[in-house]
Amino acid sequence: MAERSISVDRPRGLRTFFLQWEWLLVLIFVVVNVINSNLSPYYLNLGSLVGSTNAFLDMAFLVLPMTFVIVLGCIDISVASTVALSAVIMATSFNAGLPMPLAMALCLVVSTACGLVNGLILVKFKELPAMIVTLSTMIVYRGIAYVILEDQASGHFPNWFSFLGWGSIGPLPFILIAFAACAVLFGLLLHKTSFGRKVFAMGNNLTAARYSGIKTDSVIVAVFALTGLMAGVTALFLTSRMGSTRPNVAQGYELAVIAMVVLGGVSTSGGSGRIGGPILAIFIIGYLTYGLGLVNIKANVLLIIIGSLLILSVLVLNLRFGKGHRRPASPNAKMIAAGKAPDAKL
Amino acid sequence: MSDTILELRGITKTFPGVKALDEVSFELRRGEIHALMGENGAGKSTLIKVITGVYQPDSGQIFLDGKSESIRGPLDSQRLGIAAIYQHVTCYPDLSVAENIYIGHEKAHPVTRKIDWKELHAKASELLRSLDADFGSRSIMGGLSVAQQQIVEIAKALSTNARIIIMDEPTAPLTKRESEDLYRIAEALRDRGVSIIFISHRLEDMYRLASRVTVFRDSRYVGTWSVDSISRDELIVAMVGRSITQLFPVRKVSIGEEVLRVESLSRTGFFKDVSFSLRKGEILAMTGLVGAGRTEVCEAIYGITRADSGRVFLSGEELKAAHPSEALRLGIGYLPEDRLKQGLVLEWAIATNVTLPSLERFSRLGWMDRRREDAKAKELAERLEVKANSVHDLVATLSGGNQQKVIVAKLLTGDMKVIILDEPTKGVDVGAKTAIFNIMNELAAAGYGIIMVSSEMPEVLGMSDRIVVMREGRVSAILETSSATQETILGAAMSAAETERA
Ligand SMILES: Nc1ncnc2c1ncn2[C@@H]1O[C@H](COP(=O)(O)OP(=O)(O)OP(=O)(O)O)[C@@H](O)[C@H]1O
Ligand SMILES: [Mg+2]
Repeated sequence: MAERSISVDRPRGLRTFFLQWEWLLVLIFVVVNVINSNLSPYYLNLGSLVGSTNAFLDMAFLVLPMTFVIVLGCIDISVASTVALSAVIMATSFNAGLPMPLAMALCLVVSTACGLVNGLILVKFKELPAMIVTLSTMIVYRGIAYVILEDQASGHFPNWFSFLGWGSIGPLPFILIAFAACAVLFGLLLHKTSFGRKVFAMGNNLTAARYSGIKTDSVIVAVFALTGLMAGVTALFLTSRMGSTRPNVAQGYELAVIAMVVLGGVSTSGGSGRIGGPILAIFIIGYLTYGLGLVNIKANVLLIIIGSLLILSVLVLNLRFGKGHRRPASPNAKMIAAGKAPDAKL
Repeated sequence: MSDTILELRGITKTFPGVKALDEVSFELRRGEIHALMGENGAGKSTLIKVITGVYQPDSGQIFLDGKSESIRGPLDSQRLGIAAIYQHVTCYPDLSVAENIYIGHEKAHPVTRKIDWKELHAKASELLRSLDADFGSRSIMGGLSVAQQQIVEIAKALSTNARIIIMDEPTAPLTKRESEDLYRIAEALRDRGVSIIFISHRLEDMYRLASRVTVFRDSRYVGTWSVDSISRDELIVAMVGRSITQLFPVRKVSIGEEVLRVESLSRTGFFKDVSFSLRKGEILAMTGLVGAGRTEVCEAIYGITRADSGRVFLSGEELKAAHPSEALRLGIGYLPEDRLKQGLVLEWAIATNVTLPSLERFSRLGWMDRRREDAKAKELAERLEVKANSVHDLVATLSGGNQQKVIVAKLLTGDMKVIILDEPTKGVDVGAKTAIFNIMNELAAAGYGIIMVSSEMPEVLGMSDRIVVMREGRVSAILETSSATQETILGAAMSAAETERA
């Protein structure tokens, strides 16, 4: 019956290739490094560039699952509290006599449970937006951490534990290797597997995903649990680097993490983005912090720079890249936007 | 004053890789209803968007009242008295009817910039009354039926004092009864001197309503005829380029054992005590008036919603978990009614849409096999004659009918036992209709059980083996198609009171 043949060609060409958001990020990355190396003679030296990664990579583990959360059209602002709670539980259980390896496992279990609770609340009470649910658990998790440890610090970990945050294998910091491995795994999961496909489908059109037989609830729970797990990983690295923990650790991480994901070109309305963007954003913000730190620029100035970068990225994404994303027939777009509203409550 | 109000000459519009309009002309007379017909993807909707200024043509001229105009955007067209009701009703579901009517051209107080809602509501009510609407200006848009939403769109067109109203496949989502209402409105508008362009794939719409018809084929202008002077067959040849002697294929019927049984399924407020069975190789039509509960029953079988009571058996095994994934796993596929919202991820390619319900089949241990996905999508898209260059074309760029074909393709990727098609030929051209019917026929012959929800009598009578007629949430009759007639079906579909009115 086939009268005309349909090809399987993908849209390619230099233009689509070079018009990708990631190139702009690469450019910003280069600019950051050039500025840094002009500011400080100590900066441009491969050893310190690689070595400095352990100063900012602990929260990078959260950027990976947060990309999934935002592609899904959700948000999770409880991650920093989860980091604090799981770190505090690890430290107190270790100091109460639990062997360190078991305490570390407990840390991951607790953090995964925190994520799981977020996911379960979301699918159980569909009318609650993710922002509100995770805002509540953000307060609750941090609160529990304070109840356990009050305003104390807890530490005295075995010496080998500091390897996570400070150790290196050859010239490479261990944390960099661990992050690279996680980044590859998450990238493959998002872009090469049926699970990743489902996440994108749900972010684009939740109703159609459901009609297509996707177990949308399971996907949401899985993504939030995964986020919890990675919060535990962050807790391990962070605690190792600091040598001890307090209930107020990782304060503000959630915003930094979300900022990196957004700067990485992942749309907060869900359904689009690539993992490479947020990963680049981690290094941009990381090196910016590090470089400006070298020349003693205050942390507050840094916040201003990061905030402006963020607004700029959102604007540029909307102006330059938003056109291509927008549906060609504007009436459809309007209707989908309208039709999607009830689903967007995730 | 000349008779012609709108004329288009040599309009060409290309999209990357597609020529959607190729040197087409079109002429609309004052106070006429002019039908615009052609296959899916022939360029009808694109022409409309050129007239309303959504798209700028690459070349060609537009004349209004004999004066050359360039229409740069929807505001221009509104100023020129042109309004369109698009193929997919575009509304703000959370706003009221009056807000929907006046959005974009609400009159604000010159100084305070305050909108006088009281006045707008009064004006909206007046418009609605002139259209015989059975709902008020304060109703919430999302709560209205598609037919009622169309009336709002028409009211919106009138509120801008449109002289030319374009309707893109308005009858596709409507039942017969609702279509009749729309015909009356269109005729009343015409009598008021409004010129109407009416796009439809339904020949009866055209014969019933239009005085002239223009046909496009493959992005080109084929011709314009006076409706009285062109026969059905000639019109089909003009549209499709060949004659279609048989719309419905010769059914190869070989009915086997029972595959689906529905036992007194009920859901409060939607349907009650629905029982029927479906056998292998059988095509069961489900018909009735809109609101009779057909879609709701199908959605309950497929697991989108949960029935309050009653049971569903697939090959003797009871379906327990109410979830589409479970239905799909056991072999029930469903083609939903609302293709944009329920059927498609518009910003995705054809290939990824097609495989969405059966990702497990196109992956090993969760790893996607893109080559196999592409190959399957290519095979199905070609079989359904989707008009596209590549399986990686975005679904958003396909014409309405071709989008429908992509949703049909989604059902053909897995091993199904039962396929439920909710209005499968809605908005699909004659050629593609036969393609869909042929596929239904093949699937039935291959042992699938098929449920086809449809309001089109010829389709119900021409394609099915048995007919379940629903009325107000209940099964009012189950008829053998061989002995059923249009009258017996309608009799069962309407209550005594409605029969009287009809
Ligand atoms: N924005 C777009 N980008 C790329 N191609 C497009 C775009 N809009 C339409 N097309 C293509 O132009 C052609 C004409 O589409 P159009 O929507 O005008 O068809 P139609 O006659 O309205 O069909 P239908 O009856 O199915 O609604 C199709 O091949 C379609 O794929
Ligand atoms: Mg169209």
